[in-house]
Amino acid sequence: MYETTYHRAGSAADAARMIAESEDGKFLGGGQTLLPTMKQRLAAPSDLVDVTKIADMKGIREEGGQIVIGAATAHAEVAASAVIKSRLPGLATLAGGIGDPAVRHMGTIGGSIANNDPAADYPAALVGLGASVTTSKRTLSAEDFFTGMFDTALDDDEVVVSVSFPVAEKTAYAKYPNPASRYAMAGVFVARHGDGSVRVAVTGAGQSGVFRAEDMEAALAANWSPDAVAGISVDSGGMLHDVHGSAHYRANLVTVMAKRAVAAAG
Amino acid sequence: MAVEGIGARALRKEDKRFITGKGRYTDDIVAPGMGYAAFVRSPHAHARIKSIDTGAASVMPGVDAVLTGDQLVGDGIGNIICGWMIHSKDGSPMKMGGWRALEPEVVRHVGQAVAVVVADTLAQARDAADAVVVDYEELPSVTNAVAALGPDAPQIHPEAEGNLIFDWEIGDEAAVNAAFENAAHVTRMNIENNRVVPNPMEPRAALADYNSAEEHFTLYTTSQNPHVARLVLSAFYNIAPEHKLRVIAPDVGGGFGAKIYIYPEEMVCLWASKRVNRPVKWACDRTEAFLTDAHGRDHQSEAELALDSDNKIIGLRVKTVANLGAYMSLFSSSVPTYLYATLLSGQYNIPAIHANVKAVYTNTTPVDAYRGAGRPEATFLIERMMETAAREVGLSPAEFRRRNFVRSFPHQTPVIMCYDAGDYDATLDAAMSAADYDGFAARKAEAASRGKLRGIGISCYIEACGIAPSAAVGSLGAGVGLWESAEVRVNPVGTIEILTGSHSHGQGHETTFSQLICERFGLDSDSVSIVHGDTDKVQFGMGTYGSRSGAVGMSAIVKALDKVEAKAKKIAAHLMEAAEGDIQIEGGELKVAGTDKKLSFTEVALAAYTAHNLPEGMEPGLKEGAFYDPTNFTFPAGTYVCEVEIDPETGKTEIVNFVAADDFGKIINPMIVEGQVHGGLTQGIGQALLESVTYGENGQLLTATYMDYAMPRADDVPSFNLSTHETLCPGNPLGIKGCGEAGAIGSPPAIINAITDAIGNNDLTMPAKPEKVWALYQSSMKQAAE
Ligand SMILES: Cc1cc2nc3c(=O)[nH]c(=O)nc-3n(C[C@H](O)[C@H](O)[C@H](O)COP(=O)(O)OP(=O)(O)OC[C@H]3O[C@@H](n4cnc5c(N)ncnc54)[C@H](O)[C@@H]3O)c2cc1C
Repeated sequence: MYETTYHRAGSAADAARMIAESEDGKFLGGGQTLLPTMKQRLAAPSDLVDVTKIADMKGIREEGGQIVIGAATAHAEVAASAVIKSRLPGLATLAGGIGDPAVRHMGTIGGSIANNDPAADYPAALVGLGASVTTSKRTLSAEDFFTGMFDTALDDDEVVVSVSFPVAEKTAYAKYPNPASRYAMAGVFVARHGDGSVRVAVTGAGQSGVFRAEDMEAALAANWSPDAVAGISVDSGGMLHDVHGSAHYRANLVTVMAKRAVAAAG
Repeated sequence: MAVEGIGARALRKEDKRFITGKGRYTDDIVAPGMGYAAFVRSPHAHARIKSIDTGAASVMPGVDAVLTGDQLVGDGIGNIICGWMIHSKDGSPMKMGGWRALEPEVVRHVGQAVAVVVADTLAQARDAADAVVVDYEELPSVTNAVAALGPDAPQIHPEAEGNLIFDWEIGDEAAVNAAFENAAHVTRMNIENNRVVPNPMEPRAALADYNSAEEHFTLYTTSQNPHVARLVLSAFYNIAPEHKLRVIAPDVGGGFGAKIYIYPEEMVCLWASKRVNRPVKWACDRTEAFLTDAHGRDHQSEAELALDSDNKIIGLRVKTVANLGAYMSLFSSSVPTYLYATLLSGQYNIPAIHANVKAVYTNTTPVDAYRGAGRPEATFLIERMMETAAREVGLSPAEFRRRNFVRSFPHQTPVIMCYDAGDYDATLDAAMSAADYDGFAARKAEAASRGKLRGIGISCYIEACGIAPSAAVGSLGAGVGLWESAEVRVNPVGTIEILTGSHSHGQGHETTFSQLICERFGLDSDSVSIVHGDTDKVQFGMGTYGSRSGAVGMSAIVKALDKVEAKAKKIAAHLMEAAEGDIQIEGGELKVAGTDKKLSFTEVALAAYTAHNLPEGMEPGLKEGAFYDPTNFTFPAGTYVCEVEIDPETGKTEIVNFVAADDFGKIINPMIVEGQVHGGLTQGIGQALLESVTYGENGQLLTATYMDYAMPRADDVPSFNLSTHETLCPGNPLGIKGCGEAGAIGSPPAIINAITDAIGNNDLTMPAKPEKVWALYQSSMKQAAE
């Protein structure tokens, strides 16, 4: 690790200001991605601004038909939350399947989405539920927020404050973990909303991060059953190909996970 | 603590310090004024070094020195050696290329060290290492051993033409050819044994401390065999004479073979400590470990098994290409030869065997012994062949094996080994019944109703532990003897210290070795301590690897205990005016049989040291040493049955049952033995299902972190079903065979046999990653449909 200076921010505005004033600063969430990267000397921020002690960036509340999760809320808290388990069970499953217990108790939803790892789980929930992301500057739809692999619409001095999820009628997440890292090789979030509309969001498999499987959405809107998606495959041309799996295999996993997610959603 | 002798499930004495954070590992040790080393490593698999510019780095803050290979060679530091000479079939000696601890001319694998920085802090050392500018001219590279033998392959060492280190053979080729001419059936397979990275939990580390006034070095290091390290550092690398070099291996967090060898980094720390005149500490990070710890396995073989019309094996022919990596590590040459081909007979009567092994240089991390070392490769080959042949001739896998079992002992195989004792039917029967093999068809049908593919596979392994005797291994090319030493020091108050040349890095020697004393003298284990891992305390020893510490290390302790017991009895007989033959030792007391006369062990020990009243002519004191050189290898054996369920949609394998029935000879502590088996099986499962070392086209190691290299986790392994079935080893006083490697040796073929059974396709290579299994199942379904 290179030398860096640690700061603790008291508010989101404070955090944004500290970053703006620093030479090459970075927000620090749970540190579960940033710190290992720094230890490997792949990142060398001059300053770290810790956002996890900001009171109004923590916790889970229900507000006007939405579930609002503070950006500094740990994965374990989301997984254990009674309101999320009853209102968005797919999201609780997803958070409970991230990494290992240590990672879940440190890692935060804000850090996860700001990082936008193409194999991260949360992006599937945000896109699958049509969530919106509130930052220190604005509110963005999930699809506008995620702009590509390890890329988001965030400015350097823009901090994620919270994520709002519309409550859906049925939700489920099915993940095929990478045997080494346990990140997603293919993770599919399915949601059916009260108006009958369906969303299917896929993470882990696509070359440019999370994407919606629109053929599957249409099929499920017509017939909400695992069989409806069993015959639908995503184009392997857009899939990742690496030491863990070919594009062809990942495309297969997407279909299988979609089927299983629908089955789990009931 | 209680008096817990042989066979007791004594809890581990060492665990208190490990689980309370009081373990003392090399990286925990701090020497006053120490500096930190950071290595500059090659980013290329094969390149000529045009220049190394250390100018900018050497003036950076805190930097003591930036040292390169030219200086190392200039100071007379010797090349790293391979300690086992192998001769090719044409009689020529193996072709060893030079390996320098810091390479000045040509780098041959990614991660090879070319310079070292010593600085006040680790961060400063790393910063300066980043500032060393090395100008490389990249050369073509090759990582696959068969490709390295090809006509267009780049030449890696000038000494080894065509990258061939040796072309070795064993067995009677003419007899094998004759057997194949008469065969009723021949089974043929290409079999790969995948390369794995050992990954002990504690990475390697060294702290070298040179005392210029005494011209004396102390090296703390993560070694499985500190005395061998000292010998090699003195005799071959010219670091210092043995009496001027103390090597200490304190608590060591796992080794699995990777901590047997003397690596560049430890040598460089010693040399640098003298150069900069301060202690030098180095601790490996995980990616450095992936790049520089000796890897294991990496064989590609063609095998043919000839059967007669009764399905009895009449011949085995094997051709193996073994990848030794970029340099020959300390025991690398023995692994694919005498530790491999000598075990190809398995548990079977095979009248004729011939094996040819080509050892090859590639632009990869050096390969050496890893848990099992050669024996897993042999077991995988023969047990995959046995299962496949059984399927081909339509016999049940168990029946086919039974038909070929060795049943009379001693049994001389055609490949050197002479099996001394065993009962292969007993372990096969026990495993079959524990696995409820007969109920498999019903379980398969039930799994099918849930959409799962269920399969079952067997492996009947034999291995050879406690490599010995010294004269025999010497005649096969070993550079060292393979005996062990022990010293038993009884203190004047009757407490005992056992000094052993074995080294414990997870095996629990402090517990099991103490049990020998409890058994012998009826003493509480609290009154015994085990001393190991320090060349200033223990005079000499060969260390721990090859499951030798029970069979060889404990045998030396037993011999020393015999001497202590004899002397103690003499003293007791003298003091109690009884005949020596009437003295019995029981419950910590020496008693005169048939009387109520007795002395406590403490009283006898005290008498030995006060020396006020000893038998005429007896020397004072109660301290005895022994060296033990075994008469033969030991031969643990057993049967493993693995049952798997495969998800046909993803290809993911779940091990739903794993039965191990082992014969380890005498067991000192069943709990520790079970732990060894659990660990071995888990590493075998890792190799069979998960661990996939992948080199990219330009020789980059693509799997150099845990994000990409899958190690087995708790949820990858089932709850194991274990049992042991003892036949005593006739070759050592306790009848011990050894248990440290069996799990890793026997399990991979059982797993792959089970998966291939489930998917009905035998073309599976390790690791059986889900994608491979899925694709093979898809293709068998397609074939079935056509
Ligand atoms: C062993 C291990 C296993 C893992 N497995 C999984 C897995 O299975 N699935 C998965 O999805 N993830 C996994 N992760 C990643 C984990 O979920 C991380 O928590 C997450 O990626 C980053 O969140 P963090 O709070 O730790 O952020 P940090 O590491 O602190 O920061 C990550 C990035 O986000 C920025 N950032 C942090 N907070 C904010 C904010 N509020 N606003 C703007 N930018 C911010 C930082 O500047 C940095 O660039 C794993 C991590 C580890 C170490």
